[in-house]
Amino acid sequence: MIRTLLAPGRALASGRSSRRFPESLAPGAVAAEALAASVRLGGRMVLDGVDMSVSAGEVLALVGPNGAGKSTLLAALAGDIAPEEGEIRIAGRPAAAWSAPELALRRAVLPQAAAVSFPFTVADVVRMGRAPWSGTPAEDEDDTAVASALSATELTDYADRPFTALSGGEKARAALARVLAQHTDLLLLDEPTAALDLRHQELVLRLARARAAAGAAVVVVLHDLGLAAAYADRAAVLHEGRVAAAGPPAEVFDEALLTKVYRQPVEVFPHPETGALLVLPKRP
Amino acid sequence: MDTTLTRSEVDSKADRPAPKAHRSRVPVLAAALIVATVAAAVLAAGTGAYGIGPGDVVGSLLHRAGLGGSALDRTGESVLWNVRLPRVVLALLVGASLGCAGALMQGVFGNPLAEPGVIGISAGAAVGAVGAIALGLNFFGNWTITACAFVAGLATVLLVYVLSRAGGRTEVVTLILTGIAVNAFAGALIGLFIFFADNAQITQITFWQLGSLSQATWPKVLAVLPCAAAGLVIAPWYARKLDLLALGERPARHLGVDVERLRLTLVLVVALLTAAAVAVAGIVTFVGLLVPHLLRMAAGPGHRFLVPFSAVGGALVLVAADLAARTAAEPAELPLGVLTALFGSPFFFWLLRRTRSKQGGWA
Repeated sequence: MIRTLLAPGRALASGRSSRRFPESLAPGAVAAEALAASVRLGGRMVLDGVDMSVSAGEVLALVGPNGAGKSTLLAALAGDIAPEEGEIRIAGRPAAAWSAPELALRRAVLPQAAAVSFPFTVADVVRMGRAPWSGTPAEDEDDTAVASALSATELTDYADRPFTALSGGEKARAALARVLAQHTDLLLLDEPTAALDLRHQELVLRLARARAAAGAAVVVVLHDLGLAAAYADRAAVLHEGRVAAAGPPAEVFDEALLTKVYRQPVEVFPHPETGALLVLPKRP
Repeated sequence: MDTTLTRSEVDSKADRPAPKAHRSRVPVLAAALIVATVAAAVLAAGTGAYGIGPGDVVGSLLHRAGLGGSALDRTGESVLWNVRLPRVVLALLVGASLGCAGALMQGVFGNPLAEPGVIGISAGAAVGAVGAIALGLNFFGNWTITACAFVAGLATVLLVYVLSRAGGRTEVVTLILTGIAVNAFAGALIGLFIFFADNAQITQITFWQLGSLSQATWPKVLAVLPCAAAGLVIAPWYARKLDLLALGERPARHLGVDVERLRLTLVLVVALLTAAAVAVAGIVTFVGLLVPHLLRMAAGPGHRFLVPFSAVGGALVLVAADLAARTAAEPAELPLGVLTALFGSPFFFWLLRRTRSKQGGWA
């Protein structure tokens, strides 16, 4: 069941509709990229000439202080915001060239705050993630996709509860389950760990890793640099709308750089036993 | 590599989601609603100063449809076909329109308190209808009042929509306050029209403000049928997309919904349905609020059930309410709008408290 979740089937005939169905991305192929993208919101330059790409098979972490432009970059990569200058490309085409139903087959987005207007059950909400595939042969996988997304996020026992009655962390996991059930090759997760306890933070990032291992491109906005160091293949440090540094966490998480970007003394050191990178604020 | 994934793999067979109480209840509820609506319609058609048994009503209906049955005597036939049936059919149409419009509005606004009456759209449509009467407009023949109600209703929906949204969401407080403002403004416009109208027109206008089906005729049924039928046929097609809209605008778009187009279409449908109802029945409030609300409690919030069956439920409620309006104070007749508001408002208040405490607020 987990295998279905991780490696979504691509046995799609051209079907009844005129939608273009996604080809599976070749490992290492660029899933989404920003090319010198600039975004202005409310008169402020939120993204300033950002170049960034994410490829199939990798987890890219976007980190940086509040207001650095992480969520805006994520929204731009999702095709939500059209850049003022530069270009966003998703699956090889300009984001604006895709129709909404076509994009929905290619990228899934986890929003920062999950809210549902009516008391839909958790299973209903997760099943909404299957909506893009309705009317395609992949519709047959709906039940398995929903069940495996629920079990992957440890929500199977919550399936029949109203979403509105869940705690913040449970809502966040249910929203993630919906995004997983959508079975896209590009996952954009905006602070998926913000509301979660330690166990579930690890769980969510392991899921992200597992999806990347199965060939998806995953972009995740994170505040916890230790988590980013542990789970991301690459990290991009954003600072005032620009990419201050990008690359493997071990190279990018530099004490001097982080101290400057966060305006807070930061120390980076290896774990005494495992050697894993630890990032902590320096406390007096 | 990690215990969790392996564990879920092992567990996955055991922890299939249990069948839902809601799901199994849906077909029963659907059948019950349809049967009850038909029964209420037959009963209403037979009840009144000139009583006709339900069997005779069905017999006469079958006779006219050429399916056997038998005609009534001349008076009976005339009462049934010229007085009762237009009224019952009109009640069905108006009720279905109001119930369906309520379900759609709640879905579009993502807010369980949106209702054409509460947020002032009925009042807006009534301004159009009253204006048409007071100014003696007749450019569209029989359809003039419906057309004016539609245009005014549409303008009001758009106005409320623009005024009550902020940051992609509609907060309850904003919505209700917008409704108060719109209702007040519409009330003022209706007042102005009354001021300039002559006596005959005033009598006709008063009927709108109270809400009534007492002047039902077949031409009136025909006047609203296109609007109501169009709205009722289009609405269920958007049920699944309305479900997705409950996630919020952006997530709905991420799932492939063209949100702007969906909203525009549904606002038009709501205006059609409200105009149909208001043009013939005046302002009948709370049906569009209560029916979807009750159905949501009984069968869950899925719009594939909610949208069509809010129409059925609305039809049932309005036929029953109109029957009560006709018979409660015989031979006088209570205004229908007064009756629905009389029962609807306390219920609305109860729902408000109940839903609020259950959800811990809406905003």
